[in-house]
Amino acid sequence: MAFIAKMNSMPTLDASVRSKNFKEVALGYSANVAIEEAKRCLNCKNKPCVTGCPANIDIPGFISHVKNNDFDKAFEVISQSSCLPAVCGRVCPQESQCESKCTMGVKFEPVGIGRLERFVADYHNSKDSDNEQKAKQVQPNGIKIAIIGSGPSGLSCAGDLVREGFEVSIYEALHLPGGVLSYGIPEFRLPKRIIRKEVDALISQGVKLKTNVVIGKTLDIDDLFEMGYKAIYVSTGAGLPKFMNIPGESLKGVYSANEFLTRVNLMKAYKEGSFTPISTGEKTVVVGGGNVAIDAARCAIRLGSKVTVVYRRTEKELPARLEEIEHAKEEGIEFMFLTNPIEIKSDENGFVDSIVCRQMKLSEPDESGRARPVEVAGSEFEIKTHSVIMALGTSPNPLIRKTTKGIKFNMHGGIVVDDNGKTSREGIYAGGDAVTGSATVISALGAGKRVAKAIMESLTK
Amino acid sequence: MKILIEYFDCQKVSGLRGRRMYRIVAKEELNSSVTKIVVEAPLVARKAEPGQFIILRVDDDGERIPLTIADYDREKGTVTIIFQIVGATTNILNQKQVGESIKDFVGPLGKEAETNGYKNVCIVGGGVGCAIALPIAKKFHELGAKVTSIVGFRSKDIVILEEDFKKCSDKLFVLTDDGTYGTKGNVTAPLKDCLDQGEKFDLVITIGPLIMMKFVVLTCKPYGVPVTVSMNPIMIDGTGMCGGCRLTLLQDGERVTKFACVDGPDFNGYEIDFDEAMSRGRMYQEQDRHANTGSCNLFSADKDNKSER
Ligand SMILES: Cc1cc2nc3c(=O)[nH]c(=O)nc-3n(C[C@H](O)[C@H](O)[C@H](O)COP(=O)(O)OP(=O)(O)OC[C@H]3O[C@@H](n4cnc5c(N)ncnc54)[C@H](O)[C@@H]3O)c2cc1C
Ligand SMILES: Cc1cc2nc3c(=O)[nH]c(=O)nc-3n(C[C@H](O)[C@H](O)[C@H](O)COP(=O)(O)OP(=O)(O)OC[C@H]3O[C@@H](n4cnc5c(N)ncnc54)[C@H](O)[C@@H]3O)c2cc1C
Ligand code: SF4
Ligand code: SF4
Ligand code: FES
Repeated sequence: MAFIAKMNSMPTLDASVRSKNFKEVALGYSANVAIEEAKRCLNCKNKPCVTGCPANIDIPGFISHVKNNDFDKAFEVISQSSCLPAVCGRVCPQESQCESKCTMGVKFEPVGIGRLERFVADYHNSKDSDNEQKAKQVQPNGIKIAIIGSGPSGLSCAGDLVREGFEVSIYEALHLPGGVLSYGIPEFRLPKRIIRKEVDALISQGVKLKTNVVIGKTLDIDDLFEMGYKAIYVSTGAGLPKFMNIPGESLKGVYSANEFLTRVNLMKAYKEGSFTPISTGEKTVVVGGGNVAIDAARCAIRLGSKVTVVYRRTEKELPARLEEIEHAKEEGIEFMFLTNPIEIKSDENGFVDSIVCRQMKLSEPDESGRARPVEVAGSEFEIKTHSVIMALGTSPNPLIRKTTKGIKFNMHGGIVVDDNGKTSREGIYAGGDAVTGSATVISALGAGKRVAKAIMESLTK
Repeated sequence: MKILIEYFDCQKVSGLRGRRMYRIVAKEELNSSVTKIVVEAPLVARKAEPGQFIILRVDDDGERIPLTIADYDREKGTVTIIFQIVGATTNILNQKQVGESIKDFVGPLGKEAETNGYKNVCIVGGGVGCAIALPIAKKFHELGAKVTSIVGFRSKDIVILEEDFKKCSDKLFVLTDDGTYGTKGNVTAPLKDCLDQGEKFDLVITIGPLIMMKFVVLTCKPYGVPVTVSMNPIMIDGTGMCGGCRLTLLQDGERVTKFACVDGPDFNGYEIDFDEAMSRGRMYQEQDRHANTGSCNLFSADKDNKSER
């Protein structure tokens, strides 16, 4: 059998067009291309790809249905392990997860697992009426579970529990559900209608969604127990932005990536008629190299700014998804590697005028295994800019920590849990970014599922 | 408490549409640009304390704006807010009538004002800041502290809440900038008089325009009186997630970043970098400074983008 060495390419909107709007960039496979791509899978007996998927999706299983033109069956297989395939197919860093383990990838390019997953999910979602029917009636067991935070981790836990008959309520601090999927990841990478659809499906299955409730303020965890919840899942994410603590970080025109992305996504500053002001000026510098930095950069270019991403290591160490980095470059975003900001300077009105950086070089690896950047003495230089977006990562929000007794936290503010997601306090579980610090959608989803299982085992025996 | 929780629990929360709303049960115009409304929000009322605030969104696609909890009734499950009409959102809010609803209303946010252990306090409010100061003054009064209130307004026609302050103050000074009502002058004048006459305040709390608070701090400094200031930077989420509300405090010579929404809104007046805060507060007023031509193209390109609906 002759192998097709290359993965079928993903059709995308033209870079010169898309860099001026917020439409989805990757357009998705057609059915024919999906079947072609599925045929590249060798259906390996030992399923190495599955070990690379934090949700353990039966990858060869669903792909073989795609091969046979049975997309509904394919969706069923994926659904057994993941409730957000349309999301994960789009945003998983596949090159370091499932696809990194694919046998095809040893000699050729790996199978486009993420692209196929997205295709199957989109196919399913395009058939509207089906969603309702899928919600098969389960016998309610009357056991109340509270979930704090409606990010991917909370949603997946809720989905698994409601399907077993639990009475599930999700409490969300913001006015919209979805967590980072709603306020962080931009429209052109993950259209909001997808999240809305997933959430609507959960609600039609009986999950109660309570927005505008900040746990630790509006209600606290003890209130929830008093209200009759038998278990509580804390999936509050890692939303606290970090700053560099360099001079000038409070100038006008300096944003945390969270503020910038929240204004653009959650508050829809990009839409005509929006009340939310956002202004980048002609030139924007983004500091950082993760998904967050690339998303902020790509939003800024869409708002009409010239954008430079400043990163202190080299291109090889960029933690963002490969595809996003490529897309960003195509859209005209400039990268400056081995560059570290030391000061932001202002004009006479307190607005950003320039950012002073120092050249870096790489030395021995640090404890994370990545080469440690060190400053090159006397290498300062200035970049003129109107805005600076700080995308340096986030840590878990301290609100629950400050208002809940009996839960242990680690030195980074993450909640300490055992393998089942149990915290040090009876009845309270935790998972997702709130435990690990900023990670991935699929690992947050996987944690939600593990906790759902643990809760079922402890409460239905 | 049980009843409130059940009330909340049986709300129909079906998805993103048709969601529970927050009904306006009373409305009163305090002056031509300041309105008071009472909103049904039992969960907020249940936990609200003086000094805390809420964030609301009037309609879909609206902005999130913070407003202080001016009063609350735990029994009735209502929260009172008093707002000055300054821009788009406060204008739309002011158009809502009794019986109509507000889309989102979340709180209570921020830390409550520290009121325990004080015996002789002075409250200095300016303009709509007086609305924010009132619940704190009331709380001190209830706790048996001696309360001196100094409230200042630009002009006679915008004097608000005078009766309410009278009820909870041992001494009340009302001032206007133009002398059309009360004493003519600045709030710092009676404050300085009190201090000069040997009044031993164990705390001065000031709420109002940044420039006023800055001068209250400067007035108190020579007397060594502790000053708490209530900071109102621009906020979005109010839960410590965006960092937009950050302030710089000077603590032991170090510049420390704090988030007003979770670490405040009250701070030690001597630690605040007022000049920076005043500059940041004007961020969006001066927005057109960097005329952003690119965004116009963007908006027209985005018109046919239906994916949001
Ligand atoms: C800009 C950006 C881009 C990213 N891109 C990718 C990507 O391409 N691929 C990928 O795999 N991962 C990506 N990530 C990471 C990924 O989004 C997160 O790892 C994931 O969303 C974590 O899910 P979670 O459910 O744990 O938390 P979150 O998604 O953070 O959700 C937590 C929710 O809890 C709510 N909450 C917090 N505190 C409270 C409280 N006290 N009471 C009530 N509610 C509360 C929050 O409002 C939020 O809605 C990205 C992250 C960002 C910020
Ligand atoms: C903790 C806190 C408590 C507050 N309490 C009260 C109160 O009790 N009564 C009251 O009248 N006002 C209060 N404010 C100020 C109030 O939030 C603003 O007046 C309101 O957001 C203006 O919105 P707008 O759309 O009508 O005006 P815009 O046209 O958007 O803005 C007018 C001006 O209001 C300020 N402003 C705008 N958005 C915000 C924001 N999100 N946060 C803070 N300031 C903003 C800016 O200085 C701006 O120049 C409080 C602010 C904070 C942070
Ligand atoms: S969920 Fe992510 S890691 Fe798992 S198969 Fe899909 S794309 Fe790969
Ligand atoms: S490793 Fe690759 S080729 Fe093998 S089953 Fe998985 S996807 Fe197919
Ligand atoms: S308002 Fe966003 S961190 Fe305070």
